[in-house]
This record gives sequence, structure tokens and C-alpha cells, in this order.
Amino acid sequence: MSLEVEARHRIGAFTIDAAFTSDGNVTALFGRSGSGKTSLINIIAGLLRPDVGRIVLDGDVIAHSRKRIFTPIHQRRFGYVFQEARLFPHLSVRGNLVYGRWFSGAQKSSSEFGRIVEMLGIGHLLDRRPSTLSGGERQRVAVGRALLASPRLLLMDEPLAALDEARKAEILPYLARLRDETRIPIVYVSHSVAEVAQLAERVIVIENGRVQASGDAAVILSQPAAVHAMDWREAGALLEGVVESHDSAHNLTVVRAGECLVRVPQLFAPPGHSVRLHIAARDVMLATARPEGISALNVFEGTVIDLSPAEKGSIDVRLRCGGNVILARITALSREALQLAPGKSIHAIVKTVALDHAA
Amino acid sequence: MTLSDAEWTAVQLSLRVATVAMLCSLPPALLTAMVLARGRFWGKSVLNGIVHMPLVLPPVVTGFVLLLLFGRRGPIGAFLADNFGIVFSFRWTGAALACAVMGFPLMVRSIRLSIEAVDRKLEDAAATLGAGPAWVFVTVTLPLILPGIIAGMILSFAKAMGEFGATITFVSNIPGETQTLSVAIYAFTQVPGGDAGAMRLAIISVIISMAALMLSEIFAAVAAKRSVAA
Repeated sequence: MSLEVEARHRIGAFTIDAAFTSDGNVTALFGRSGSGKTSLINIIAGLLRPDVGRIVLDGDVIAHSRKRIFTPIHQRRFGYVFQEARLFPHLSVRGNLVYGRWFSGAQKSSSEFGRIVEMLGIGHLLDRRPSTLSGGERQRVAVGRALLASPRLLLMDEPLAALDEARKAEILPYLARLRDETRIPIVYVSHSVAEVAQLAERVIVIENGRVQASGDAAVILSQPAAVHAMDWREAGALLEGVVESHDSAHNLTVVRAGECLVRVPQLFAPPGHSVRLHIAARDVMLATARPEGISALNVFEGTVIDLSPAEKGSIDVRLRCGGNVILARITALSREALQLAPGKSIHAIVKTVALDHAA
Repeated sequence: MTLSDAEWTAVQLSLRVATVAMLCSLPPALLTAMVLARGRFWGKSVLNGIVHMPLVLPPVVTGFVLLLLFGRRGPIGAFLADNFGIVFSFRWTGAALACAVMGFPLMVRSIRLSIEAVDRKLEDAAATLGAGPAWVFVTVTLPLILPGIIAGMILSFAKAMGEFGATITFVSNIPGETQTLSVAIYAFTQVPGGDAGAMRLAIISVIISMAALMLSEIFAAVAAKRSVAA
């Protein structure tokens, strides 16, 4: 799949001026709230008609303002999963699911219906009304509804944002399955590092309606531009690794990332399986000498790459540790006490339980 | 309680007039409500004023205007009679027209409110699922506003059952042709010894009105239940 998007649009004092291309299966539009991600995905969907714009999917020109091409929403066959599920209240869950089938032309076999219902685990909800479903169930039905309309492209606008942590954890595996089992390309809007780290192959960082950076997820998410767009508490680094071994006696898994061996809470992936680890900057401590008698299991030797300017009294330090880039958030006082400067060698300490793993 | 033939005729005529008035005003009321709820154009408040005119004008004035426009020699009445053979003046069709006009603002208001309550995001969602504008209207908008439409129809029906001023001004009081329930009650009260007849018809009109009102309450409750957003 290849997607080209180019859009310029004014909404009051806010201007969107973004262009990107992606050939990934899952492309994340990543940025803080208010950065213009939702407007951009609405432009792709056709819900918002930009002042100037161009959208090309696999060589098909969907919209081109200069050539006066604008395919109406209902002819684009772009599935859309909204932040709020937007299920039709007058239809049952089954009625919602088959809604798009009336219009997609191709008669879907019942096995397709059964497969998607099974994949999303919504078989027991089919005869219920949307108003009786929980938030997580609604969102799964909304995903199923979009899929059953046989879309060429699936747009998801913060589908998990309205849910609590437990519900998010409930749905994320379904989305990962969706990515792996269907071949429908996905554009995923999110401000959550954890979601993007887990799902996306390509990341487009959006800030103030403009593209700040774009490229491979692991590369982009460790760059300062991406870190700046992250929620302040969530900022961190992404490590690509391979499961090395399991220590079931202590419920731990050892992951090799570059030359570092990282101990994380037990993963259910076989050795050799590749995983991504998200290390939040606030969970990383720095020491100039190797600490001893310490409970944290992960101590990495490295060198300082650079330091960010102080924000709210704290500083993000980028480190290179055994081929990985790690981010540490320390106070301005600690920087002075440790006399940190680019090139200085340092030890980074990460508590094992602080590691978010992203499968 | 038994009704005389003349009284039965008045009841049946009223039901027919009210039903025809209700059904014929539905399509234009739906269109007008849609335009008022969704449209953005110059003169919208003027249109809104015209639609509400029968609600605020004295019914006699409405009847008189209908007489001027739809009478045999009125511009619209003459055109319809010459080209389509449709005659309103002093016919039951004229009574239905008067009732339809009087109930129109009530029906438009009810439908307009339900259209404004529809979450347009649901219509966007339907469009992303492949439904064109007409299909979105039929499969999403219409089912969601159905309770409002039905409530509007019942209001219009009830208004037609009670209409008096515009009807008697426009089509007069002809037993069996234009003498509806209200007009018949009025006629009874004008003759000595007509009280018993007036009372019988009055009871019937109370029963019909109450039934219509309760039905409309039921549909309002259904509407409230349905509009729980998902």
C-alpha cells in the first residue's frame, strides 16, 4: 500500500499544512491533542474538504483540488473508527455490523462475517442494543462494522482515547490481531506512545498542523521531535529487541536490544520473537559510577548524546547505550551536580517493573 | 348513548377530513422541517414566520385568506379547478385543506425538533460505510426522527378534529359535506333543544382528543428512549 496525503486548510486561526507519504501497513499520526491530527484524518476520509489538497491511494487519485477531483465520502470505501463508537442506536449490534454490507456491492460470505465477529470477540453481543454495551464492547463493534464494509483503507481516530486503562488493555490485542490478520492498511491517530509503539510501523509526528518528522516507528519515536509531541509524562524511548530467554522462577524475561540485555516482567513470547520496549524517561535514573547494592535490575553503561533545554525544571538526557537510544528525565539540579555534558560516560538505571512492553 | 344519522355523518366526516389533512400535509411538513433544521439560506426566518402564521393568526383570518386564494375565483383555486378539476370551496376537500393548514405549524415544529436532535456524527459514520446522502436519510435520519414524525402527525390530527374557525369561514356549514364535529356542535348549540346532541358529540370529541394525546405521549417516550446515544 502507498498513501500520499497533501493538505492545506485553515480553520479559524489554525492552519493545517501537512504532506506525507507512507508505505507501511499501519501508519500512525502522532501528536498532542490539538495538533491537527483529527482534522488531517477527516480530510483523508472526505469529512473535511481542504482548501488545497491531494490524496492518492495506491496510484488512485481520491482527491485533487487543482484537478477538481473530490470523491464523495461514501464512494471512497475508507472505513472509519471514531473516538466515540458512533453506533446506530436504532439498530441491533448485528444490524450495525451488516450496515456497510448493503453498500459495499460485493456480497460478503457469512464466513467473513463469522471470522470478523470471532476475531473481535463480539459473537455474544449480536442481538443486543448499542446502548446496553460497555465502552470497550462498543468500540469493538465499531471496528467490526468498519471492517465488514470491506474498506480499502481503515482510518482510526484515537479509538481507545475514551476508554479507561483496563478497557484499553482489553482492545489493544484485538487491534494487533487486526493488523496481522487482515491486509487492510490502517491510518491510526493517537497521542499515546504505548499504542503507537505497539501498533505502528510508520509514524508521522504532527505538531501545530505540520509534519515534524516521519519514518520508521522505532527511529522516529526516539527523536527529539517526537518526544516533544508526546504527552509530557509519557515521553520516553523505544527499543527494538528480541526475546532471549525466560526466567520463569522469577517471572522475568530477558530481551536483547542491541548489546544490552534488558530484564522485563515476563512476556508470553517465544525466544527469538521480536518485541518493542517502551522506557519512559521518568523511569530512568542516572549515575556517574556503577551503583552497587541496588534493587533495579537494569543498569546500562552509555554516553550522553545531548541534553534538552530545561522544561518545568527538568531536563531530558539522551543516552547511547549499546546501540540503543535511551531517554532519562532528571532535574536541572542533578545535571549540575553530575556535571552532565555531551560525550560524558554514564550509567542508566531502569527498574524492571517500570518497563512497558509492547508486543 | 346512540347517535342520530346526522351526528354519525359528522363524526365520520371529521375523521375523514382529519386523516386526509394529516396524510397530505406530511410530505411538505417533512420537507419544510428539513429545510428549517438543516438549511442555511437567506430568508429562512421569513419562511419560518410564514409556516407559523396559522398558529398566531385568528383562525377566521386564515379561513378568509384560504377563501381568497383557493375559492372558485381565487388565483390558485381557479387554476386547480380549470386544469385538474380539484375544487376546494364548499367541499369536504376544502375542510381538509383548512385543517391541514391549521395543523401544519404543529407538525413542522415536532419534526424539526426531532431533526435537530439527530446526532449528525451518526450520518457521517453512515457515509463512511458507503451510504450516499439519500440512503443516509432513509436508513439513519428517518428512523431516528420517526417518533417525532408520528408525534407531529398525531398533533396535526388532533388539531384537525377540533378545527372550527378556518373551516367554517372557508367552506361554511353544509351537513354531510363540510359539517365536521366542531361545526356540528356549534350548529346544535344554535337551535333550541340541541343541547343533548351537542353533549353527545362533545363527549365523542373528548374521547378522540384524549386518545390522540395519550398516543402522542407514548411516542414521545419512545423517542426519548431511542435517542440515547450509543
